[in-house]
Amino acid sequence: MAEPVLDIEVLRKSFGALLVTDDVSLHVAPHRIHAVIGPNGAGKTTLIQQISGALKPDSGRIRLAGQDITALAPHLRARLGLARVFQITSILPEYTALENVSLAVQARHGSAFRMIGPSSGTGPEPMRALDRVGLAPRHAIRAQRLSHGEKRRLELAMALAVQPRLMLLDEPLAGAGPEDTASLITLLAGLKQDCAILLVEHDMDAVFKLADDITVLALGRVIARGTPAEIKANPAVRAAYLGEDV
Amino acid sequence: MSRASRMVPIALFASLAAIPILREAGLPIGGFLPLIAGRIIIFAIAAMSLDFILGVGGLASFGHAAPLAIGAYAVAILDAAGIHDATIVIPAAMLAAGIFALVTGAIALRTSGINFLMITLAFAQMVYFAAGSLADYGGDDGYSLDARIMWAGWKLSGRGGLYAVSLVCLFAAWLLFRTLTASRFGRLLSAARQNRVRVQSMGVDVFAVQLTSMVIAAMVCAVAGVLLANEAEFVSPAYAAWGRSGSLMVMVLLGGAGSLHGAILGAALVVLFEEGLGRVTPHWPLIFGPLLVLSVLFLRRGIAGIGRGDG
Amino acid sequence: MTLFIVQALNGIQLGMLLFLIAAGLTLVFGVMKFVNLAHGVQYMIGAYLGVTFAGWAGGFWAGLLLASVVAGAFGLALDVVIYRHLYRRSELDQVLATFGIIITLNEVTRLLWGSNPLDMKMPELLSGSFQLVEGLRYPIYRIAVMAAGLAVAGGLAVVVNRTRVGMLIRAGASNGAMVEGLGVDIGRLFRIVFGMGAMLAGFAGVLAAPLVSVEPGMGDNLLILAFVVIVIGGVGSIRGAFVAACLVGLVDTLGRSLITDLSHAALSATTSARVGPAVASMLIYLVMALILAIRPTGLFPARA
Repeated sequence: MAEPVLDIEVLRKSFGALLVTDDVSLHVAPHRIHAVIGPNGAGKTTLIQQISGALKPDSGRIRLAGQDITALAPHLRARLGLARVFQITSILPEYTALENVSLAVQARHGSAFRMIGPSSGTGPEPMRALDRVGLAPRHAIRAQRLSHGEKRRLELAMALAVQPRLMLLDEPLAGAGPEDTASLITLLAGLKQDCAILLVEHDMDAVFKLADDITVLALGRVIARGTPAEIKANPAVRAAYLGEDV
Repeated sequence: MSRASRMVPIALFASLAAIPILREAGLPIGGFLPLIAGRIIIFAIAAMSLDFILGVGGLASFGHAAPLAIGAYAVAILDAAGIHDATIVIPAAMLAAGIFALVTGAIALRTSGINFLMITLAFAQMVYFAAGSLADYGGDDGYSLDARIMWAGWKLSGRGGLYAVSLVCLFAAWLLFRTLTASRFGRLLSAARQNRVRVQSMGVDVFAVQLTSMVIAAMVCAVAGVLLANEAEFVSPAYAAWGRSGSLMVMVLLGGAGSLHGAILGAALVVLFEEGLGRVTPHWPLIFGPLLVLSVLFLRRGIAGIGRGDG
Repeated sequence: MTLFIVQALNGIQLGMLLFLIAAGLTLVFGVMKFVNLAHGVQYMIGAYLGVTFAGWAGGFWAGLLLASVVAGAFGLALDVVIYRHLYRRSELDQVLATFGIIITLNEVTRLLWGSNPLDMKMPELLSGSFQLVEGLRYPIYRIAVMAAGLAVAGGLAVVVNRTRVGMLIRAGASNGAMVEGLGVDIGRLFRIVFGMGAMLAGFAGVLAAPLVSVEPGMGDNLLILAFVVIVIGGVGSIRGAFVAACLVGLVDTLGRSLITDLSHAALSATTSARVGPAVASMLIYLVMALILAIRPTGLFPARA
């Protein structure tokens, strides 16, 4: 087996008496989509936040491509190849779609402290990223004027533009209509050529279509892991989801 | 950039440059207008530096009078030591304000929203009271300068000298901030205002970008402080008073935050009211106060936004 | 030692006045997200109205009652006419507009009452002093101010923790969208909070009137202190405002006397007379910067 891109070992985090991440271990292999699912309150969001650096774990270890990032600042994790797509769409509303992606490309290419000369000239890369997500014709539109689905795609393009090793997708389908959902699923399925993906998603149809591996969380701990077929058949998972819309 | 927003700054600089020339040409504009215009220019430098962090960067400092006062006190302290060489005074003022911004900014940037407003105000209040404790420089009563600063032996005492230098400084500040705003650094600073977490997740150290912008703004504002001290030939703790910070903020917002040249319009309006209308009637706040309220209610982008169709 | 006790009492008394102003400020910001720089103006208006009504109606008590009510009504009127249009605007717009209100009302006050400081007589009942311990007398009026502050704090604690309105205020301070989701008339809740805050600030103004000089702009410096209080305490938190108000009052008052003593020992008399007060004035801002550097959201943040 190839070295995992993301390697989480016995991660633990509590808020006061509430244990939200209870000895979670998890490995994401290159070019695979690894889904984390679980009922509400299972600790998916806090797990994502610990991986991205918004929260510090109490104990345990997180490695990205072999490098320990457990105590690293969020922006340094990003530089090591961790890209994020947020639960609530996160773009730069005042800039055009192309400027959004260009800025992301520039950020990868070097110093944020270049103070002289306009911030253009990043080559064909940003446009290619927009083309990839089907937004090339809309490149000159201000991001705040894009539709919800387009904003999602723009965010994916920005994540792609940094050429990540691992992409964290936090509910990428939330709020999307049926048509958007279908085309986003196709798009997401193609992304694993570029990088490994950790996917948190409530839409179970989408998860079973996309995921190569699944980890199931409940009350902060891992209750099952396996292929989609194995997870579907797992009685513990069914019990945890009882009363939830699977 | 639209045509109008290119023309407005040019027109502004042209009219500021024209005032002393018209006076030399013998036009009856009196000694009052150049005096007022001189102060507009100086406050415009300070307001523009605030606009860079506030309008472009979204860092709402309520303590921008602090670097202004630090610049002014650098003049006073060096004046007492008999140093009037501009090549020493200006860099010293910028250095002092830069260090101040580096230290206080590093603490203030831990907070956000109203807490950022208030912690920057707190630091400016410290400067205010510290200035009052400088017994050797007049304490609360302030300090009158022995002489104005000089450049290569050229004394800035003639009626046009300080005005010209101030105008050049304003133009330089405008060029500097315009270049910065268009650069990668400026785009990231603005992007961090729009969406901090997104910029962070692109791998950018947002804290370092914001802190750097605060240091640059403070250093430019210190130059305004140096000019203001020389214009008044007097320095007092009032330079750091919270009302001064508030009025700089008013200039920026009234002019149109983020536009840079709007700071000149805002400074013009505020100085014209405070010092122009203030000579006509002591009750000028009765006109200026309601004007502020109305401008917030009806002009969402300040004066610079009028005519852009989105005011 | 006796001097220390007197200073500590003065500190608490200043703290209580600050709390009366800060309570409204912190609730208005916590519930409505509204930065009201003009809150200090309410305090000034309270003091002026107190002086005027006491003259008309013959006495402090009538002045206190009338002025608090009218100041509250005036604040409510400002809210209805102007402020409510600003609730959904940016903090900076709010700062700009309320800054405009401050300079307007300071000038209106100057027009109506003149620039000279006015005097407010203490009520007969509370003038004079009494003996705390052997050799230590303390003015009754200051004790009464403290008692009034404590009573209001207690009353607010009951309202905020035990009543339906209080429940909504707490919910609003921690999650505004949730309150609207409950189907509550949010506008009415806002007006209750705003009117209450304006009245308390006016009440504080009347209480302070016999102790300070009543003059235009008297609310400005207190406003800054009140903001220091709510930021230290954690914006939106009544408990935080109370603790921080006591802290600021004590630090400011004790700091002044301690630093003046210390600098007397270390420096020459003339230097210390100048340096002492200035350094003491810096003290609360130093404390605030220190607290925010360690806890960026204040001591008792209302919002998680």
